[in-house]
Amino acid sequence: MGKTLFDKIWDAHVVEKIEDGPSVLYIDRHFIHEVTSPQAFKGIEKRGLSLFRPKQTIATADHNVPTLNQHLPIKDQLSKMQVDQLIENCEKHGVELYGLGHPYQGIVHVIGPELGITQPGMTIVCGDSHTSTHGAFGTIAFGIGTSEVEMVFASQCVLQTKPKTMRINIEGALQPGVVSKDIILYIIAKISASGATGYFVEYAGSTIRGLSMEARMTICNMSIEMGARGGMIAPDQVTFDYLKGRVYAPKGNAWEQKMAEWKDLYSDADAVFDTELHIDASEIEPMITYGTNPGLGIPVQAHIPLLESIANEGERKNMEQALRYMDLQSGASLLGMPVQHVFIGSCTNSRIEDLRLVANLVKGRKKHDSVKVMIVPGSQQVAKQVHAEGLDKIFTEAGFQIRQAGCSACLGMNEDKVPAGEYCISTSNRNFEGRQGAGARTLLASPLTAAAAAITGVVTDVRELIK
Amino acid sequence: MQALKEIHSSFVPLPAENVDTDQIIPARFLKATTRDGFGKNLFRDWRYENDDETRPKADFVLNQLQFSGTILVAGKNFGCGSSREHAAWALLDYGFKAVVSSFFADIFKNNALNNGVLPVIVSESFLQKIFSLSPADALQIDVAAQTITIEKTGEQESFELNPYKKTCLLNGYDDIDFLISRKSAIEQFESAKA
Repeated sequence: MGKTLFDKIWDAHVVEKIEDGPSVLYIDRHFIHEVTSPQAFKGIEKRGLSLFRPKQTIATADHNVPTLNQHLPIKDQLSKMQVDQLIENCEKHGVELYGLGHPYQGIVHVIGPELGITQPGMTIVCGDSHTSTHGAFGTIAFGIGTSEVEMVFASQCVLQTKPKTMRINIEGALQPGVVSKDIILYIIAKISASGATGYFVEYAGSTIRGLSMEARMTICNMSIEMGARGGMIAPDQVTFDYLKGRVYAPKGNAWEQKMAEWKDLYSDADAVFDTELHIDASEIEPMITYGTNPGLGIPVQAHIPLLESIANEGERKNMEQALRYMDLQSGASLLGMPVQHVFIGSCTNSRIEDLRLVANLVKGRKKHDSVKVMIVPGSQQVAKQVHAEGLDKIFTEAGFQIRQAGCSACLGMNEDKVPAGEYCISTSNRNFEGRQGAGARTLLASPLTAAAAAITGVVTDVRELIK
Repeated sequence: MQALKEIHSSFVPLPAENVDTDQIIPARFLKATTRDGFGKNLFRDWRYENDDETRPKADFVLNQLQFSGTILVAGKNFGCGSSREHAAWALLDYGFKAVVSSFFADIFKNNALNNGVLPVIVSESFLQKIFSLSPADALQIDVAAQTITIEKTGEQESFELNPYKKTCLLNGYDDIDFLISRKSAIEQFESAKA
């Protein structure tokens, strides 16, 4: 029997399997940031240990950083302390840090790929659930807790139980106005916020093959939102073309050698998955969420499901609570509903391609007076590219505010928050209660749908604007 | 890590489904650099009006005096979302030793186990039975036997627990000690790979 892509990479990284227990899994690359690493550094220090393989850990500051005036000291003292602690820990333990002010600084899941640190066939972890993003390069990449960060510091390994495998096959052409964010929101709405728990997902099919690396990253990024341990896509020419020449990508002979290895990274034709799903891409429409978990999403033209149509009592209560928090009515349409904020950013949709999509739509248009629009590039490099391509002019003329790189209003750990009771169309990944600020109401959507709302001030079917 | 052998306690019912770690511990409290003190902010925004500790929300279970104990019983898909281990630290710091649900998110489950907080997976029907008990009723959780029992009725279910993790829990061992003991195997693996 053939092997899945997941099995090939997993098997190549198992140091040993504990009888009746998890496997000792070797980790090639470990990303850290300021929020989930301090306790792990303290932990190894308490044990009197140093980092086992410090060169395989790369750090950046992203969650807490301000997105205005990054050259000034951070005003929030607790945030400053955490960022300072990261600097001190990295210096002390010999970890490469792309901190504030460094040209490579940015959201950890944006910089890893853009610097070529993320490469096919690797195992990658980070104390952050959106580590699944890196799976777009054909890696086993997943989020871990701080105790596991400490394990990697101490041994370059984590103990993991092998997950089941699921393949989601998506075939056919996408409708105009539909982008990769809509694909993943569609899948999560279809199988629910827990539909892939216990699984590692491979995305496959002609639709996926036709996507850019940025678009593939958006899909893998949100794998965790349906509970999956991670998501992955087999590397192909698109992957290799993206990687070639990047700062940390192999060069010369090393590149040729790696290419030979990477070409074997696919699921064999006779590989068997524990579960398979088939999706017809032409059925996917621009999506938007109305609830307080990413599974509560609908096509933007559709109506919120009727409460009485939900048979399961637990699910119905869950939705009732969600609608109460969102102040939305069961059975209502979201189209035409005013929004006060548009946030374009986060590890899901802050890459150059996302910002090009937005720029294309808003070029020559202006934002609606009633909306505040914030664009937060995922990294310093993305910001530089935005400037080089003149997209910043388009955004400024449209009345959008361009900020500096960081996680920003995706989770509101810095000052970028949505006020209580107000609605925000966000290109981020989570619409949980209070995620963008206490009482904030988040509608998740694609960069196109978000940009459309920025122009009209209301929830809009972007297809109306690209006719 | 503290060893955990059995728990005999009343429970705190939280029937909500898909309780995400942003609710368990909101992001603004993740700015600490130690593992301590998260308990006071556990379920912060469900617990207090406008973030004000002097205004507890009467309808939230942690503010209802009739409910107490070291076992939290929650609806399915508990701990979904962010990988923040602070969620497990907050539960532990508040005083919970186990969470009972019909379904846990993977990362939360690992984080809980790594901190000696036991995730107990029961059937949906057993979960509903627990929710229908009165506040004073106690639950008995036996780690070695992998069973959870409703004391009043004697109704019992066994739950899954990886044998390796069970040994860790019963003895208070942690994974880092184990991994450090495997260093030579890890080094051998590295040289073979290179």
